[in-house]
Amino acid sequence: MKRSNAPIFWALFGAGGMLSALIGPMLVFITGIAVPLGWLLPRDLLSYPNAMAMTQHWFGKAFLFIVIALFFWHSAHRIFHTLHDIGIHAGTTEKLVCYGAATIGTVAAARALWMIGF
Amino acid sequence: MSARRPYMRPMAGWWRKNPFFIEYMIHEATALFVALYALILLVSVMRLADGPVAWNQWVAFLTSPLAVLTHVLVLVAFLYHTWTWFNIMPRTLPPIMVGGKRVSAAIITRVGLASAAAACIGVLVIAIGLAK
Repeated sequence: MKRSNAPIFWALFGAGGMLSALIGPMLVFITGIAVPLGWLLPRDLLSYPNAMAMTQHWFGKAFLFIVIALFFWHSAHRIFHTLHDIGIHAGTTEKLVCYGAATIGTVAAARALWMIGF
Repeated sequence: MSARRPYMRPMAGWWRKNPFFIEYMIHEATALFVALYALILLVSVMRLADGPVAWNQWVAFLTSPLAVLTHVLVLVAFLYHTWTWFNIMPRTLPPIMVGGKRVSAAIITRVGLASAAAACIGVLVIAIGLAK
C-alpha cells in the first residue's frame, strides 16, 4: 500500500494553526496597526536600517521564514478542505492549486530572505 | 458520451440553515485572512530585498488608511481564529490524563487561551525591547 502524504499536510496545518492562534493577533497588531500609527511602538522600528538589521539577524530571518511558510500551509490546507463545503469538488487540480500556492509562497519567502543577506 | 444527467443535490447555501454550520464556515473562513497576512509579510520581505526605495514605498502604503483598516479586519479574523482554535482543541487532541482523570475540555480551552495571551504579551515585550 502506498503511504499517505496526508499526515505531512495535516502537521503543517496544525503547526501553522497553533502558531497563528498563539501569536498571530499580536503580530498583526504590531506590523499593521501599532507601528504604522506610531502607537506604543515608534514608526522608526520599521525604518529601512532597522528592518534590515532585524531580518539579517539569524533569529529574525528564521522567525519570518517559519511564520510566512506555516501561515501559508495552514490556510492552504484549510481552504482545500473547505472547498467541498462550498460545492467545489476537491480533486487533484484543486489540491495542486492550494498546496502549489503554499509551495510558491514558501520558496519566494526563502529567496527574498536569502537575498537580504546575513 | 452519454446524455444522462444524474440528479445532484444542490449544495449552495446548505450551511446557512444551521447555526452550527454557520459558525463552522466563519471559522474556516479565517484561513483566508491568515493567507492574506502571510502574503502581506511575503511582499514585505520581497520589498525589503529590493532595497531602500522599494521598502520606503511599501512602508508608505502600510501607513495608508486602507492598509490600516485592512489590518484591523485581519486582526478581528485572527482573534476569532485564536478563540475557535482553542475551543475546538479538546475535540482534536487525544484524551489527556492527569492523576487518572481525564482533563476536561474547559480546562484545555482555558490553558490554550491563557497561553495565547501570554505569548502575545511576550511578543509585544520583545517588540518594545527592540524599539529601545
